[in-house]
Amino acid sequence: MTALTAPLTRVMQARFGPSAQVTDMTRLSGGASQETWGFGLEMRSAPTRRLILRRAPFQSAAKGEAIGLVKEAHIIGAAARTGTPVPEIIHVCSPEDDLGDAFIMAHVEGQTIARKILRDETFSRARSRLAFQCGEALAKIHAVDLDSLPPDLPISHGLDQVDRYEAIYRGFDMDRPVFELALAWLRQRAPQPLPATLVHGDFRNGNLMVNPEGLAAVLDWELAHHGDPREDLGWICVNSWRFGVREKRVGGFGTLEDLLAGYQAAGGQAGEAKDLMWFQALGSFKWGIMCLIMYQAFATKADPSIERAMIGRRASEAEIDLLNLIEGRPHA
Amino acid sequence: MHEAPSSEELLGAVIGFLTEVAAPHLSGQAAFHARVAANALALVEREMAHRQPADARARALYAALLSDTSSPLDALTKEVCARIRSGALAYDDPALLAALREVTSAQLTIDQPTYSGLKP
Repeated sequence: MTALTAPLTRVMQARFGPSAQVTDMTRLSGGASQETWGFGLEMRSAPTRRLILRRAPFQSAAKGEAIGLVKEAHIIGAAARTGTPVPEIIHVCSPEDDLGDAFIMAHVEGQTIARKILRDETFSRARSRLAFQCGEALAKIHAVDLDSLPPDLPISHGLDQVDRYEAIYRGFDMDRPVFELALAWLRQRAPQPLPATLVHGDFRNGNLMVNPEGLAAVLDWELAHHGDPREDLGWICVNSWRFGVREKRVGGFGTLEDLLAGYQAAGGQAGEAKDLMWFQALGSFKWGIMCLIMYQAFATKADPSIERAMIGRRASEAEIDLLNLIEGRPHA
Repeated sequence: MHEAPSSEELLGAVIGFLTEVAAPHLSGQAAFHARVAANALALVEREMAHRQPADARARALYAALLSDTSSPLDALTKEVCARIRSGALAYDDPALLAALREVTSAQLTIDQPTYSGLKP
């Protein structure tokens, strides 16, 4: 029992009738600003279902680039309508539900931990299909009608992200020559933006629910925005999410050819390889700066954990990846 | 001077305690953080072994790049950044790229020696 059980039970009974009961509430993950809970929904007339509650305890909890959970739920709903594999949205909470900024979705069976997906025998069939399926899913995300999305989603194409992350880097007053090099390279070679689409914004291992048949659901839409669809295609190629399987450019499980074949089969237009590489380099640059941001959270005592501190030492992995990309090395 | 046990021996003992004794007795987040703590100390061990030669090599590389053999490493690093930013050093300059690759690889030898990006 938690303090959430009573308001959650009221919401479930309003939706599914007075026999609905909430059982086995378990905190699955999340930090101070956002929580994910799993629970059972028991009803007299139907088998027990596993559901997920995503909530930010306070209305002001959406911070940084995150869009807030109610918008996230509406975007997941819009992506479902173009055939994107996503969890079914069961209920989007309103203030009188007393659960904060929150929504309830179906639990999807599967695995998100990259090391298991990339190495366990259980996922060998999944691995052989996953890049193609990711391409299909991204084409469906990028086909979402922008008019069906919540108004005032962030708009961000590519070069403005270079500006934003450069400003953060400058604010840290650190001298990192490879980040300077990356900034010069990114500015010189920026592609013309494609017409804006919905962009997931964090499409990578960890946010992909995978079962033995492959991609089961795309999760964690809190960085969704309007932008250049190639941002998603580049981000899934960043070496930091390949977990040591560098020769498989897409998430350590597949090839770029398979990703693009799936993307095109589902109607996507990816454009030129060099421009995808630009977005991948933008991704590595952003990841490097994110590592420094997480270190700053430690340095300023906002989050004193050793883990935050140690992530700061991962900025150098982004630096070698940027050098490999800029020099055009194999498997960059 | 007394160095028995040495700093390296003490670090090794703490790392062993964290991974073999503490972590198995802990669960959830605490066990995870015990392993991260052991990783942090292993990084400190590598830093003690490699920082001085890495910095000496970085200073020599940047000194050659900037034709400045008198400035300390932090001033040279700042100047390399300024010249890349101004365009005085081009992002495709082979000597610059070679120097940055060597400095970054040495940093990764400390930070994350098994990182896949280091493989040729």
